[in-house]
Amino acid sequence: MSKFWRTMLRNPGGVIGLTILLLAIAIAIFGPLLFPTSPWRMVQRPFLPPFTMPGLPLGTDALGRDVLAGIIYGARVSLLVGLVSTMAALAVGIPVGALAGYFGGKVGDALMRFTEFFQTVPSFALAIVLVAILQPSIVSIVLAIAIVSWPPVARLVRGEVLSLRTREYVQAAIVTGQSHSWIIWREILPNALSPVIVLASLMVATAILLESSLSFLGLGDPNLMSWGYMVGAGRTVIRQAWWITLFPGIAILLSVLALNLIGEGLNDAFNPRLNKEGR
Amino acid sequence: MLKRVLLSLLVASALSTAAFAEEPKSGGVINAVIQPEPPGLMVGLVQNGPTQMVAGNIYEGLLRYSPKLEPLPGLAESWSVSEDGKIYTFKLRKGVTWHDNKPFTSADVAFSIEFLKQTHPRARGNLAQLDKVETPDDYTVVFTLKQPFGPFLGIFEVGSLPMIPKHIYEGTDYKTNPANNTPIGTGPFMFKEWQKGSFIHLVKNPNYYIKGLPHLDEIYWHVIPDAAARAVAFETGKVDVLPGGSVENFDVPRLTKLKNVCVTGAGWEFFSPHSWLWLNNRQGPTANKKFRQALMYAIDRNFAKDVIWNGLAKVATGPSASTIKYYTDKVTTYDYDPAKAKALLKEAGYKGEKVRLLPLPYGETWQRWAEAVKQNLQDVGINVEMIATDVPGWNQKVSDWDYDIAFTYLYQYGDPALGVGRNYISSQISKGSPFNNVEGYSNPEIDQLFADGATAFPDSKREDIYLKAQKILTDDVPVAWQLELQFPTITRCNVKNLITTAIGVNDGFRDAWLDK
Repeated sequence: MSKFWRTMLRNPGGVIGLTILLLAIAIAIFGPLLFPTSPWRMVQRPFLPPFTMPGLPLGTDALGRDVLAGIIYGARVSLLVGLVSTMAALAVGIPVGALAGYFGGKVGDALMRFTEFFQTVPSFALAIVLVAILQPSIVSIVLAIAIVSWPPVARLVRGEVLSLRTREYVQAAIVTGQSHSWIIWREILPNALSPVIVLASLMVATAILLESSLSFLGLGDPNLMSWGYMVGAGRTVIRQAWWITLFPGIAILLSVLALNLIGEGLNDAFNPRLNKEGR
Repeated sequence: MLKRVLLSLLVASALSTAAFAEEPKSGGVINAVIQPEPPGLMVGLVQNGPTQMVAGNIYEGLLRYSPKLEPLPGLAESWSVSEDGKIYTFKLRKGVTWHDNKPFTSADVAFSIEFLKQTHPRARGNLAQLDKVETPDDYTVVFTLKQPFGPFLGIFEVGSLPMIPKHIYEGTDYKTNPANNTPIGTGPFMFKEWQKGSFIHLVKNPNYYIKGLPHLDEIYWHVIPDAAARAVAFETGKVDVLPGGSVENFDVPRLTKLKNVCVTGAGWEFFSPHSWLWLNNRQGPTANKKFRQALMYAIDRNFAKDVIWNGLAKVATGPSASTIKYYTDKVTTYDYDPAKAKALLKEAGYKGEKVRLLPLPYGETWQRWAEAVKQNLQDVGINVEMIATDVPGWNQKVSDWDYDIAFTYLYQYGDPALGVGRNYISSQISKGSPFNNVEGYSNPEIDQLFADGATAFPDSKREDIYLKAQKILTDDVPVAWQLELQFPTITRCNVKNLITTAIGVNDGFRDAWLDK
């Protein structure tokens, strides 16, 4: 494990990504302690430009709400949605992929056709439809993102399991009469996990983007301040007040970039040989 | 025993002297925005906002209305009311022709009444007290009512009671008549071409019955679906007229700061868009009168006026907008006072029950407004949850009474009997419409006042009744009145004399001219 961290830390991109992410997490956890007032509260005159008033470094939006407070509270929503929906997607995708890969045959076919059914629908369109039908709320958004993002996990896991299943140690486990669930959970999955972790880090990034896009279109939870909502609400006044859109936009950019860098770093750390051959 | 009303002519001449202080110039083309694209232009069949706006150039009503809602001559040049308030006699203007050169006569008026009773829901309601229509000669129409109906002279505007050509529609299926695509009216402009999704083109009616009018040669109504694109079209000079509501409020200050740009809030006196929060009087905390009064004190309506509507609004004092008949501000008023709101909440015994707030899904302005109100309510300790919704969802929730607090705005049509009573009398409590007594307020005294008010005669009696009704309603707070909205019309300053009546742009570009 220490070798893993050493490889990971040797990758400058990964380190930068990790730093930004840790910072974002710290803001999400401790930020509201520094900004105890609700981000929805109208604190100053509207359209106050940034850096003109102490205490409101990023200015105010169309209703006079503190943009900085919005970004801090938005970090909570974005990270929460990213993590929870990815967890949910993994919870569906891993078992489906593992079962399909392990059993193959008709079971595998059935599960894969089911997966493809979800993959054939453009994921963003499906997410919009789901949120619109279920009424926008944090639960429906997480659910919608999870539903559109589990199929790639299932396909990836299936591929890994298919290849691992033919390995000798798995064959040996079958011969010694281990139960299917034991073999899948204890022998195969731990070895299939590294690409899944890489994928998961990218999925968190995608989920953050999806949530932002939904909020941008007005399909966010109207009771929660999120970055996408801020960009969407500021979009129409961008010519009068660029800062309302710019700062939350940067927040989205940085967090997604960080997660992608981390994914890259993880990939390098998990596949050191691939990495060297590639250079 | 007929009492001639000659006031109309006086008003008309006064208006025209004021309007023509500058010598109007003839000719020119006006480009205006129409939003959204209307489903049709035959205003007797479709009454959408954009239809009325374009069709007001093609069709005309018997009367027009001054900004103070006094009747002005339209296709009728004079009118009189019998002393018992039951017989209205209209003298029609002579020499008026339809766009196909057939003469306009009293037979067309009688036909239009029958036509609109079948196709125009609001006209049907307005004509409920009408007993019969007689046409003693080609230029006289006599309306006999079952009982006096105070607002009767207020129902003849072009959108409420347009004149329909009898010779084209008689004996045909109105809805499928091919003439619906090439509308024929008596108005100052004639329909020329409609390229769907792009523009509607109207041209001057050379045979218009008022000599010298209209001044303009052509009007193009451009269909531009995106609000930001409409603002840009105005900035780049593609269009010269942005009727009320065609751009978002926050764009208004930017556009009006441009050179040679004029803005006016006039021209909405007849509609008087009045906004309020429906408060569900049947259940939950909003069923308690003290809670409803607390809401009135908790909401900072001046903030909404200045910040969200950029000052293009007026804080509402009660059920009637200040522009309509029998309005009074001598009622219980509610200033922004969070402390008082908190005290009332305590008296009401409110214990933090969740209250759902339904915004009006009409774009950014309304969303921001709902957010501000939510914050106001949270500040006094009300536990508010905002519900996200789209237009059909809003319609359904409000019509099914599935809400606690819901934003809305409605037109008032100049008279409390036409546009106010419907929201407060108990006979208007019925599921399925978002425009009736949605809050479920029921007060026999109010029912009686509005019933008397519609049929009382003469006007002074009506006034007493409506003043009393406004006092009772502002004490009971059946809904939380917010703002009298203004939808600013933005034009280039060289577009002159565009808005002269209470329905503004909807009355057509008859008197407008271009200063070159």
